[in-house]
Amino acid sequence: MSVFSEVPQAAPVAVFKLSQDFANDQFPNKVNLGVGAYRTDEGKPWVLPVVKKVEKIIVHDDRLNHEYLPILGLPEFRSSASKIALGDDSPAIQQDRVGAVQCLGGTGALKMGAEFLRRFYNGNNNTKTPVYVSAPTWENHNAVFSNAGFDDVRPYKYWNPEKRGLDLAGFLGDLENCPEHSIFVLHACAHNPTGTDPTQEQWKQIAEVMMVRKLFAFFDSAYQGFASGNLEKDAWAVRYFVSLGFEMFCAQSFSKNFGLYNERVGNLTIVARDADSLKKVLSQMEKIVRTTWSNPPSQGARIVAVTLNSAELFAEWKDNVKTMADRVLLMRAQLKAKLQALGTPGTWDHITDQIGMFSFTGLNTKQVEYMVKEKHIYLMASGRINMCGLTSKNIDYVAESIHQAVTQVQ
Amino acid sequence: MALLKTNKVIYCLGNVSPALGVLATRNSSWWSGVQMGPPDPILGVTEAFKRDTNPKKMNLGVGAYRDDQGKPFVLSCVRKAEALIAAKQLDKEYLAIGGLGEFTKACAQLALGADNEVLKSGRSITVQTISGTGSLRIGGNYLARFHAGPHDIYLPKPSWGNHTPIYRDAGLQLKAYRYYDPSTCGFDFKGALEDISKIPEKSIIVLHACAHNPTGVDPKPEQWKEISEVVKKRNLLVFFDMAYQGFASGDIDRDAWAVRYFIEQGHNILLSQSFAKNMGLYGERVGGFTIVCNDAEEAKRVESQLKILIRPIYSNPPMNGARIAATILNTPDLRSIWLEEVHTMANRIIKMREQLVAGLKKNGSTHNWQHVIDQIGMFCFTGLKPEQVERLTKEFSVYMTKDGRISMAGVSSGNVGYLAEGIHAVTK
Repeated sequence: MSVFSEVPQAAPVAVFKLSQDFANDQFPNKVNLGVGAYRTDEGKPWVLPVVKKVEKIIVHDDRLNHEYLPILGLPEFRSSASKIALGDDSPAIQQDRVGAVQCLGGTGALKMGAEFLRRFYNGNNNTKTPVYVSAPTWENHNAVFSNAGFDDVRPYKYWNPEKRGLDLAGFLGDLENCPEHSIFVLHACAHNPTGTDPTQEQWKQIAEVMMVRKLFAFFDSAYQGFASGNLEKDAWAVRYFVSLGFEMFCAQSFSKNFGLYNERVGNLTIVARDADSLKKVLSQMEKIVRTTWSNPPSQGARIVAVTLNSAELFAEWKDNVKTMADRVLLMRAQLKAKLQALGTPGTWDHITDQIGMFSFTGLNTKQVEYMVKEKHIYLMASGRINMCGLTSKNIDYVAESIHQAVTQVQ
Repeated sequence: MALLKTNKVIYCLGNVSPALGVLATRNSSWWSGVQMGPPDPILGVTEAFKRDTNPKKMNLGVGAYRDDQGKPFVLSCVRKAEALIAAKQLDKEYLAIGGLGEFTKACAQLALGADNEVLKSGRSITVQTISGTGSLRIGGNYLARFHAGPHDIYLPKPSWGNHTPIYRDAGLQLKAYRYYDPSTCGFDFKGALEDISKIPEKSIIVLHACAHNPTGVDPKPEQWKEISEVVKKRNLLVFFDMAYQGFASGDIDRDAWAVRYFIEQGHNILLSQSFAKNMGLYGERVGGFTIVCNDAEEAKRVESQLKILIRPIYSNPPMNGARIAATILNTPDLRSIWLEEVHTMANRIIKMREQLVAGLKKNGSTHNWQHVIDQIGMFCFTGLKPEQVERLTKEFSVYMTKDGRISMAGVSSGNVGYLAEGIHAVTK
């Protein structure tokens, strides 16, 4: 009798199932608008030219080997990655109250932050502290926090489907009414899946309430550079919160902006009140890391560190990032133009108002099903499309299909 | 309204900058109650070593292989594999949650043997993990969620220091069975059998497949057979930790003997594998976690649940190291070179053991140091007491863990004499 005979079959992770279905589809004009990975106009993955260059540098450097990194990761990576988020001249960094933990992608950074908060935030092992994630949010946010031991992961109002924009009043209302010390997971920029970010004025209002209500800001920054094409602009919200004196976490991913997806490069930036608190936090982080993965993988972090610490390579990287962001902006503009030209019912401004890789089209589940089944265009049930999946070759087909979905399927 | 009140507070307390005012409203850090965590007992040794300025210092703490010049050793099969991979100009798309298929397949074959019935019937699942630690943790998490028996996990006494916090954080209760006999510096076979025979049914038992860490003491095949019998009688769930396949005897099949024997005997085991040591891929974090199930259908269900566990930890594993390992295992030329290099590493360690004992005798030590030669793998449980370890570190700058464990990999022909002197000095 197997000890595992009662183990139930788990449902597959939706976004990966979508990719699998796409891969199995034989239709010649199929389009994958599912998983959030950048694609060139030829529909191919893109290894950044600067990354190729740096990999050659690394492979020819005889001083390098495959030894263990320190528990918290490669020091040059951690500090330069935090500088990317907070700015070179960040007063908090100068005050020695910023630290970091190299983690396995953005997911790993969220995980480490969540585990730490569950153990040490708002008391010891207070699993009842509410964790708020936006409605909607990246689907893995829920599991990261609940698996870290938080009993109470709840949505905060964010997306208004009728006006296809930010529900600021609802958001502020949730901030005003939630229990004190609640944790809020904030998308630093290029909100996933809606592509809708608060404006700077709106961020100011959000920050103000959070400060008064003593709420914890946990930023998720997976798209810095990708949203506007400008690193500083995309980090504005994070830096603003730091300037107000928040103690906070920022989970950074270098999957998209460096195209290093499978190398799992992430950084949990920690802003503490003072150097002493920071030291204690980092010492406890080490213990959490040690029982999860002992120490992080070296390859990806090294690529990022070498790039960020060389003026020339850094400039080249920013250029590569802008290339990606610009292509996305172009696809947004063209998709909207084509839908307007087709006279597709509804307004389509949200396609260009929204930011980053994703667009919340507003298609309902039936329309999405139509897109997938009839048109072989793969997108998430939520109506989220990955703009990177659009190319000059398929954009007409996608626009026409959206038009058909909206006019024929209710 | 709360918002209006806020403004008043800010502008009252603030000077010119609202930021200062905001800071003044809360005086303490969220983290003022956080204690300073103690340094990691094993990795902390390396930190202390780095700070030491004595030119004769030796780092015998962490189990990372060193060549006879005391340098990290990048295997030539690894360099060759890297060159092959670079030439392919592969993309960096996310791996599947369970990792690189060519890797997990080869990883399972390496442990079980390519012609193992388990692999042919598809009744096991292997996922790529973040080296050995990640593998153990996923296994622990899986058991905490799905194990129908007691959530007590039995470790040998002693075991790798990190086993305890890993399994504890995964949600299991730690228990132990006798293993090491300090009076012989060998295996307490009688004690182990006695303890194991008393373990409540369906509990989980951890077995080190080979090259036990920290003692280097492994059961002999005959002893493994008896252990298997008792474990079967008690209906225990076996969790093998194999971090040193190839490193123990120099022969990968010989080192996997216990794992394969247990499977043959009908144990549906859990297995953690690491490629940190045997491929020198430490920092690339290459490992595998395998569960042997009743049949392929069960394996599919189990696999689906492993993915659900992995996704909220790190989504999917790192590619680089797994790609290197897969290339080596699946390219006959590279695989041959690898097997030779593993053999070389294991042999160098065996030689150092012999030289250390010879050195101790030469210094006039009257103690019995046979265990240094009998013990297997990277580590040697010297039998030194904590006070002696402390002296060895303070007076000779020889760094090791407090339990008397030394990593033989850190010993070279250039410093084995000095080590012998030091050990003799603190034990005479």
